[in-house]
Amino acid sequence: MKIAVASGKGGTGKSTVSINLAYLLSKTYKDVCLLDCDVEEPNCHIFLNPCINKSEHVFMPVPEVNDSKCISCQKCAQICEFNALAFVKNFVIVFPELCHGCGGCRLICPAGAITETGREIGTVEAGIGYGFNFIYGKLRIGEAMSPPLIKAVKKEAENFKFQVLDCPPGTSCPVISSIDDADFVILVTEPTPFGLYDLKLAIEVVRKLNLPLGIVINKSGENDGLIENHALSEGIKVLTKIPDDRRIAECYSRGKIILRELPEYRKNFEPLIQITREILSDKLFGVQK
Amino acid sequence: MKELVVISGKGGTGKTSIVAAFSSLAENKVIVDCDVDAADLHLILNPKIELKTEFYSGKSAQIKSEFCTKCKKCIELCKFGAISKDFIIDEIKCEGCGVCYNFCSYHAIKFETKQSGEWYESNTRFGKLIHAKLGAAEENSGKLVTAIRNHARLVASKNKNGLILVDGSPGIGCPVIASISGANQVVIVTEPTLSGIHDLERVYKLTQHFRVPACVCINKYDINFELSLQIEKLCQENKIELLGKVPYSNDFTNAQIKGLSITEYTDNEVTATIKTIWENIYSKLMERKNV
Repeated sequence: MKIAVASGKGGTGKSTVSINLAYLLSKTYKDVCLLDCDVEEPNCHIFLNPCINKSEHVFMPVPEVNDSKCISCQKCAQICEFNALAFVKNFVIVFPELCHGCGGCRLICPAGAITETGREIGTVEAGIGYGFNFIYGKLRIGEAMSPPLIKAVKKEAENFKFQVLDCPPGTSCPVISSIDDADFVILVTEPTPFGLYDLKLAIEVVRKLNLPLGIVINKSGENDGLIENHALSEGIKVLTKIPDDRRIAECYSRGKIILRELPEYRKNFEPLIQITREILSDKLFGVQK
Repeated sequence: MKELVVISGKGGTGKTSIVAAFSSLAENKVIVDCDVDAADLHLILNPKIELKTEFYSGKSAQIKSEFCTKCKKCIELCKFGAISKDFIIDEIKCEGCGVCYNFCSYHAIKFETKQSGEWYESNTRFGKLIHAKLGAAEENSGKLVTAIRNHARLVASKNKNGLILVDGSPGIGCPVIASISGANQVVIVTEPTLSGIHDLERVYKLTQHFRVPACVCINKYDINFELSLQIEKLCQENKIELLGKVPYSNDFTNAQIKGLSITEYTDNEVTATIKTIWENIYSKLMERKNV
């Protein structure tokens, strides 16, 4: 079962919700894994201080041209939709950072001059922290494309029964790669105009992918109505609220887990466990949502 | 013409609120919102759209079922798992590489350019704003960023604006790279949290990688004095100029709710700090060569 925690806007508290949800789940269930899919700026490891027992470099296939076999037909450069190959002064030049790894150039080359080689895009690490499993990816700096690394993180976690995915902010490819096969999406927002606007964009994305969703209001306070009214009009449930408490912000700043430092907030995370139970029973009994 | 880009690495550090304040302080400029995924600056600047341009980028493939012989070649060749067993291409998974289209023996695949968003040239109380909206679940945000940056340069040179002020996006990936490459100066807005510091270090390395000079501004510095000091030390060690430290303030949210920049909303210690930061960065920027 996969629960994705996403947001649209950055800094709304995705990691806080993900970490505490995984922590609380692991008190009841075995086989819980937290995935940090925000590979551009991963943060969960700061809170978990995990004991890492596996670290692997992730490679993406990119073409390598054997100049002695190349017959200068330029078909490879023509077929590439991403301008990753160019024909200059009778030679093919490869721009690996533009390559999406589709393999079109290798397939079209009539001379068999193109082979695939790997380009490192980052690392995936796996370990254990506070009694649950943890997997995260770290994008190599200067690398533009994160989706292949996000897929590698998800692949590493595929055998865990309970997966909580901390997703990157935004509404484009990195988010889609993270949430596309989730059983449920939790959208974390804050009661500000920016929070509301980006929530609307995030809802649009989740609806486009046809996934069930719920909302968590973080830094909750006097302006909650902003979010609640919109949730009501969209027919989306506000699952829980986490108050705007300076102690929580301090706890976060020091890289501490709320449920360990401020156990009185356990009740604020319980509704998310309830949702997990519901999804689990829906899955068991094959209920279509 | 000088180009200043505000980024943060970590989301939610207050980038857009700072840019809104800079917008109210800077003169003779074009403002650009490069956070095309989740643009928020327009909520403060209240733009009147003057020019709207559809953004076409990337292609997507579609199977013409009347010609399809169900030979499965496309399914085997697609590296992105975008084609289902019943020969339907998932437009979200499709990367637009054209392999299925190029290798289908029966020409049963359509491969067309698609609209993935739109961008606007608008008037605001602070001058021109160039902004964009990426369609939900679309790709090519980097190319859209490049398109609006190019347009902003065009508008700035036509109107003889000396400055382009850019609001960037979080992270270190494609839209961020597209926002900072070739700019004169980057300001990294960070916060004194362990996550903020971690992300600052990564995004600073990115600016070095692309050889764009960077300065740092600490927002909400008083939520953790110890970590603020740690950021100051980090800046000293790496010879990064620290522009200033902005205290935590509810006025940012209050101003946002009123649709104002904090500098319009109030006049206090917080806005005084931001004004000093702006003067610092502006004089720094003027030392740089034109873009």
